[in-house]
Amino acid sequence: MAESAATEGVMDQEPLELKITHPLSEMATMFFRNYAAVAGLVLLILIILFTFLGPYIHTTDPFEMVWSPFTPPGEEGFLLGTDYLGRDILAAMMAGGQVSMAIGLAAAVISVVIGVTVGAFAGYYGGVIEEALMRFTEFFQVLPTLLFSMVIVALFGASLLTVTLAIGVVSWTAVARVTRSEFLRIRELEYVAAARSGSARDGYLIFRVILPNALPPIIVQANLMVGSAILFEAALSFLGLSDPNVMSWGQVIGSNRPYILDAGFAVAIPGFAIFLTVLAISLIGDGLNDALNPKLRQR
Amino acid sequence: MGVWNTIAKRVGYGLLLLVAVLILNFVLISIAPGDIADTIAGDMGGADAEVMAEIRTRYGLDQPFYVQLWRYLSGVVMFDLGHSYFFNTPVTTLILEKLPATLLLVFSAQILAVIVGTLLGVMAAKKPNGPLSLTVTFLSLFGFAAPVFWTGILLIILFVSIFPVFPVAGMVDVTVEGGFFVQALDVLHHLTLPMITLASIFLALYSRLARASMLEVLGADYVRTARAKGVPERVVLYKHALRNALGPVVTVAGLQFSAVISGAVVVEAVFSWPGLGTLALQSILARDTPTIMGILFFSSFVVIIVNILTDIALRLIDPRIKSG
Amino acid sequence: MAEDPLLSVKDIVVDFKTRYGNARVLDHVTLDVNSGEILGIVGESGCGKSMTALSIMGLVPNPPGKVTSGSIKIDGMELVGMDVDRLRQIRGKDIGMIFQEPMTSLNPVFTVGEQIAESVRLHENARPKAAMDRAVEMLAAVEIPEAETRAKAYPHQLSGGMRQRVMIAMALACRPKVLIADEPTTALDATVQAQIFDLLQDLQEETGTAIILITHDMGAIAELADTVAVMYAGRVVEKGTVDAVLSAPQHPYTKGLITCVPHLEPDPPVERHELMEIPGVVPALTELGKGCAFAPRCGEAIEKCSGEKPRLLATGDAHVTACWVAQQERAQ
Repeated sequence: MAESAATEGVMDQEPLELKITHPLSEMATMFFRNYAAVAGLVLLILIILFTFLGPYIHTTDPFEMVWSPFTPPGEEGFLLGTDYLGRDILAAMMAGGQVSMAIGLAAAVISVVIGVTVGAFAGYYGGVIEEALMRFTEFFQVLPTLLFSMVIVALFGASLLTVTLAIGVVSWTAVARVTRSEFLRIRELEYVAAARSGSARDGYLIFRVILPNALPPIIVQANLMVGSAILFEAALSFLGLSDPNVMSWGQVIGSNRPYILDAGFAVAIPGFAIFLTVLAISLIGDGLNDALNPKLRQR
Repeated sequence: MGVWNTIAKRVGYGLLLLVAVLILNFVLISIAPGDIADTIAGDMGGADAEVMAEIRTRYGLDQPFYVQLWRYLSGVVMFDLGHSYFFNTPVTTLILEKLPATLLLVFSAQILAVIVGTLLGVMAAKKPNGPLSLTVTFLSLFGFAAPVFWTGILLIILFVSIFPVFPVAGMVDVTVEGGFFVQALDVLHHLTLPMITLASIFLALYSRLARASMLEVLGADYVRTARAKGVPERVVLYKHALRNALGPVVTVAGLQFSAVISGAVVVEAVFSWPGLGTLALQSILARDTPTIMGILFFSSFVVIIVNILTDIALRLIDPRIKSG
Repeated sequence: MAEDPLLSVKDIVVDFKTRYGNARVLDHVTLDVNSGEILGIVGESGCGKSMTALSIMGLVPNPPGKVTSGSIKIDGMELVGMDVDRLRQIRGKDIGMIFQEPMTSLNPVFTVGEQIAESVRLHENARPKAAMDRAVEMLAAVEIPEAETRAKAYPHQLSGGMRQRVMIAMALACRPKVLIADEPTTALDATVQAQIFDLLQDLQEETGTAIILITHDMGAIAELADTVAVMYAGRVVEKGTVDAVLSAPQHPYTKGLITCVPHLEPDPPVERHELMEIPGVVPALTELGKGCAFAPRCGEAIEKCSGEKPRLLATGDAHVTACWVAQQERAQ
């Protein structure tokens, strides 16, 4: 530490300023100072506008066969070409985006709810309860998530609901681990001990005292969950395990998969859409992480 | 002694996990609508009640739940995972036939990702703001955001359609003849693209992790001590720092192994790789439950073994880890 | 001093680039160490003590730091600007260093024997077996019982005092000409502190290694050192033989440091109110004015002090001080 002691005198000398800022506004400042995160946010907003407002401008029905199959992008007035059934890919991108993002969001909510519950109880109570819950979590980590959700979808049928549930039910373990370790840390802090000695009830302590303070890393993790749920849905669709009556990005890829060597664009375009969306989400996640992590805030 | 005890405990615990996997499977199947008889009947184009009852008796479906479960569990102990009606083969035979291909893909991709990822991370950590660090950051974003099948398809378009260097599908070329070495080269030729595709996701993760871990370790006092001893910078990096930075990478690599298997399912589908993933897809589409359950069982089995190996590796890397 | 000093640091300047501008961490620091001598460097945290050590080792963190000018010579050999590989051969061989934090300064994943032996293998081309024998020998020399067994221990299996002994063994393994001990006892218990100081003194008498002892413990300086340099804000403000400086401190800062220690009585006693504390804090190195850096905290400051930096000038036999007031008094 001798070295840092020597350099500290230099590094820590910020000009004294006693401006008192609200922590939220400080986080927002940190977030917006991170150009990559802002770029991600802008990108995500553009994608959302494209998928939700686009259909009002570009009114082609994504299920309607409008031209001959595999019209290359840009030809015959089809900006993104047509798929193996001669359907307009641009329209499919818009309709599919709504579904992909909705599934991603819903599945992420499910996994966050399960993960936070398991992690919070494990971290708060400790002892036998923690042991049991963590063994339960480990059990879910051992099962390859995709295989497991494939089994669920296969057994219960491929509908929007089962796909969403299948994704949510298999991917909560990371949230549980993050929540537990935060709870373990915060449980020992003085203000929790104070609230405890004030004979507050467990439910109050868990959800009103500890959870709000444990939120930053959970938020970061939850944000990433949305991204990975979108990828997850795409993988299931690609394998042919999605609701055939609903257009999603993954579904477009899955249905055009047999023809990649003839018309790669019909697969590459929806793949790129997924890539951009998940990229935007993870850029935002990195920004959130930096903004919410007080250790890094000083940098 | 202490180490062996811990390992024995891990093995015992792994066996319990496997039993839990089997029970979960059984529960899922029993609460799912329809059963094998329905599926078979569906394949036959409909069957009357008598035939249905006969099928149910043949597959033991008329027995109570716990009897079926017990039968299955005791079968598994004898490596009997039941009979696949769709392939008309014992499930164990079916799986053992496909397992080597999947293991080859999964392990080669994981090893590639760990080694290249770690090296990239170490080199990037030398200059935290240098071009390689930027590459690692970029790569990790790409690796997380790119759907694995999309990466695979892009590689196919690039290396099969545009520059035909690699075969598009399968594991061997039946027209290739020759000794073991020639055959092995042929497999390697087929393996390259699937392996790179699968590794890309994890390589991104590991390189980012290795870089962060190295950056932390390079600021440690003992690294300064090594430099003060006059240890060459290369040795400082690869001996003193890396050994300490490896822990988080190995831990995460172990945790990610089941995700590697999940990824392999998709990669196998993209490249028609004749492994467990392809088999799983076929049996799911055919609602061949004994096979699906067998695959889930076997892949959990592999994951548990890898977890134990990871544990041992971590102990070898860091003497401070004692037990638990 | 007729013969050339063993280690000679001359006008060394180290700059750090920070967000708030350039910080001059070392400002024309000049020090000499003769063989067989113990030089003490004292001062508050951040005064540049440790940076002086690191610049001698060639380990100034770069970026953001940089040795801007000056010269460091060991046995007449110039270290500033020396080729990295050559410098590496000198580190650990001719100059050994002990750090403040024994708990974190040893690599947790290698045995202590290996860590000592590595140094021997590097600098003496020793075979692994011979290097390990030397390591065990060194562990015995720093009075670690059952050295043979302890050589196979990992750092986490040893106490703080033991680890610091290991660090000393490591630093001395190649019989360096100079040993730099950077606050070697700060992190240790009081009883262990005394043991480590005794050990250093014994080893010094045995081997004749010159020692640079960096500390803020004036008591330790009084007991161990032959000469002492007092540093403030990157500059040496007073230096001389321990007797001269401790008995008749000239710089107000030195006086303050000495009166902070209960047992040291300057002669004649400086005016002391109670166990004193020097008021104020070390100023930001990016905000140093043109005057004496201590002036804002100094009770004796005159007008000249804030206008021009004082240089080190003789204020007694074997005693130099950088203080306008002390120099004026001397002149009168």
